[in-house]
Amino acid sequence: MLAIDGSFLDFKQLDLLALRQTPVHRLDPRAKVLTTLCFIICVVSFDRYQISAMLPFLIYPAVLMAVGDLPFGYIMRKIVIVIPFALMIGLFNPIFDRQVLMQIGSLDIWGGWISCISILIRAILTASAAIILVAITGFPAICEALEKLKMPQTFAVQLLFLYRYIFVLTDEGVRTARARQLRTFGKRGLGIRHFGSLVGHLLLRTWERAERIHMAMLARGFAGEIHSTRRQSHFGRTELLFMGGWISLFILLRLYNAPQLLGGLFTGTMP
Amino acid sequence: MSHHIVHVKNLQHTYPDKTVALRDVSFLIHHGESVGIIGANGAGKSTLLLHLNGYLSATSGEIIIGDDQLSKETLPEIRRTVGMVFQDPEDQLFMPTVYDDVAFGPLNLGLSADETETRVMEALQRVGAVELRDKPPYHLSGGEKKRVAIATVLSMLPEILVLDEPTNGLDPQARRQLIALLQAFHHTRIVTSHDLDMILELCERTIVLHEGKIMADGPTLDIFNNEELLKTCRLEKPFAMQGCPVCSPDKRPLVSQPPLVPPHSSKPHDHEH
Amino acid sequence: MHMADALVSPAVGGAFWAVAAGTIAYCSSRVRKDLDDRKVPLMGVLGAFVFAAQMINFTIPATGSSGHLGGGLLLAILLGPAAAYLTIASVLMVQALFFADGGLLALGCNMFNLGVFPAFIAYPFIYKKLVGREPRQARMVTASIIAAVVALQFGSLGVVLQTVASGVSVLPFNAFLLLMQPIHLGIGVVEGVVTALVVSFIYQARPDILENVLQEKPLGNMPTKSLLAVFLIATVLIGGVLSWFASENPDGLEWSIAKITGSAELPETEYMEHTKLANLQEKTSILPGYALPEENGHSQDAARTATDKRVGTSLSGIIGGTLTLVICTVIGVLLKRRNSANPQQAK
Repeated sequence: MLAIDGSFLDFKQLDLLALRQTPVHRLDPRAKVLTTLCFIICVVSFDRYQISAMLPFLIYPAVLMAVGDLPFGYIMRKIVIVIPFALMIGLFNPIFDRQVLMQIGSLDIWGGWISCISILIRAILTASAAIILVAITGFPAICEALEKLKMPQTFAVQLLFLYRYIFVLTDEGVRTARARQLRTFGKRGLGIRHFGSLVGHLLLRTWERAERIHMAMLARGFAGEIHSTRRQSHFGRTELLFMGGWISLFILLRLYNAPQLLGGLFTGTMP
Repeated sequence: MSHHIVHVKNLQHTYPDKTVALRDVSFLIHHGESVGIIGANGAGKSTLLLHLNGYLSATSGEIIIGDDQLSKETLPEIRRTVGMVFQDPEDQLFMPTVYDDVAFGPLNLGLSADETETRVMEALQRVGAVELRDKPPYHLSGGEKKRVAIATVLSMLPEILVLDEPTNGLDPQARRQLIALLQAFHHTRIVTSHDLDMILELCERTIVLHEGKIMADGPTLDIFNNEELLKTCRLEKPFAMQGCPVCSPDKRPLVSQPPLVPPHSSKPHDHEH
Repeated sequence: MHMADALVSPAVGGAFWAVAAGTIAYCSSRVRKDLDDRKVPLMGVLGAFVFAAQMINFTIPATGSSGHLGGGLLLAILLGPAAAYLTIASVLMVQALFFADGGLLALGCNMFNLGVFPAFIAYPFIYKKLVGREPRQARMVTASIIAAVVALQFGSLGVVLQTVASGVSVLPFNAFLLLMQPIHLGIGVVEGVVTALVVSFIYQARPDILENVLQEKPLGNMPTKSLLAVFLIATVLIGGVLSWFASENPDGLEWSIAKITGSAELPETEYMEHTKLANLQEKTSILPGYALPEENGHSQDAARTATDKRVGTSLSGIIGGTLTLVICTVIGVLLKRRNSANPQQAK
């Protein structure tokens, strides 16, 4: 299988996870969106030399992955893909920040190394939060939640259309790329000259498709306004409990360094 | 309601680049008729269909649907009356779920949520797709997509169904299912296709277009028996009327000869016995 | 380059979220007022097109490495500023959610860097001005390249400023700038060439597509004003955020500013800022010794005691951290097992 097919299937799989029926899947999407945002803000609000206090935040992705019945290996693979970028920037820290922050034996640990690891943990936590949000909610439901949270309707419609046609067009893109790859015999990229006509053709087909969709919309009485069907999502006690519970936990973990306290019990040094 | 339900008079269409797509096309379709429109690629079938619900406007000539002449004022009513099912269901199913898609038309007509719900469920029932209601369209099979696309139009309670290449890209079973479904409708039906076997089963009357002109308009069987006509219009008798080249005795020697081309590129046989 | 959650601080992320959301609201109302309902499916499908086009790689001449289309400028050329911004923003949102590319908090930064610059600066002020009312192929090529370079230079400057202001990475401003701008000059040229190739192809095949947008009315009086207002607010917000963080990270932005301006007065203000901040810190933080490392250690003693203290706390931090990891894993595994034990609840 070609690499492009892989990334395409990967996208589809994440979308399929959202169709599962678990207690977390059933929650009102607003609760999940807001909790995720709170989680990310708490995580990134730690100062750059913080490591231990961030670790307890792993409980959130761990619990949601378990309750949401998400495949651990798959989510991990998705996270691993995004780490190198954050790490690339993070690895500059040890170069610029050589202040000795701690010593293990005779080994000096520079602040830069600590902040680099901190960046790595941030990347893992924030990336897993985003991917898990989609996996337990689904993109259309997230859009709906954002629309209820006052996102303009035009943008909501845009997101839904984009999402709908990603599958159709990436499929077309994959076919084009595959047809080309099968005839280039191992050369990686396409000469930049042919790129214009290849992508240009794809763009023309896309444009014509948009015209046909517009026709199909007009044929069914479209007059500039998309009327959404109200889906019965209900922000009830379960949602309040979910949000309240997690957010208070995040705040507690943000304020108190739990591992530090826990470790203190063993070493006898209290901060 | 007049029983002359679709009346096209001297329709002429010239595209901005000066290509003449339709020349003096006239026909009359009565209530409840099922009419096939056939013709080679570029014969003007799609251009004709796009006129029927006012997406393209005629260079000259007129179109009367029911009692209304097609014009800016009557456009909304005509679009409700004429249900267009496009060739590629991907273009027709643009909403996040099947339900939303089938509800799109009724909601645009200004129906309440409850009325819409009834319409949607009726339409889905009609095409046997109730269990698909919450699915996103890209997780449907080809046949399912086609049936849902038809439901999106049925929910507007059209009197006329216009179908562009309905069997295109369907596997044999999905095709059979779809033909059975279309046969069960009592709407006036206008179907374009290259699948002449389907036209043979579905339409008692056929209009042949060639280079923008109507070459013939009459009972389907008569037209398909006129080999001269089919040949000039770059068409071919439906397989069902050709006799089977594999099993008919006089053709047998052909098969015993070594094939000239690799076996996978030989013509598929569509057995319709 | 995408700004990432791991590098952004809540204040920077939040400020740019506000700016990006405001721009979305503004563009949404503009697109609505346009009354061109063809754009509804068009924007969506073109957004999806960007994903499809990114699956087709090309070889960058003379480097042997491969690249793909970014698409921001192309969208602006095809759709005009407001619709293009919404489309770019929607693409970034899908990337953030499905590929964790950038992340949710950094989404505002990314919408700003990759959306505002191509749609509201590079397209109207460079591309459109250079191409004029009647497009010619040669002019379109030059215009695309220059516009893409400008958009990407601004975008990468955005990334640098946001990263430095966030203070998670300690990359000094000018070092980071020297790293990013030349890279993005290259990326910009490639993006420009590729955009030009696609635009020329479209121009030959269907000139009507490009002419429609070019004939579109310019931004007009009222919108330009509100656009300026948006930028003004953005500048104030960014300026505010930057100065706040600059004072918090003397080794970051202010350090480089000092280097650039060579100002001798800076140390004094820096010191004053610090005592203020230190007071604030002591009041707000619960574990003062742990929460923030003393930035420059005014006296040797203070530095030593701080280090000693840290070594003590670090040990318990490591032990506690390991325990936390174990606990999290165990909870996850237990829940998972319970779930698979009651399949009717999970499915």
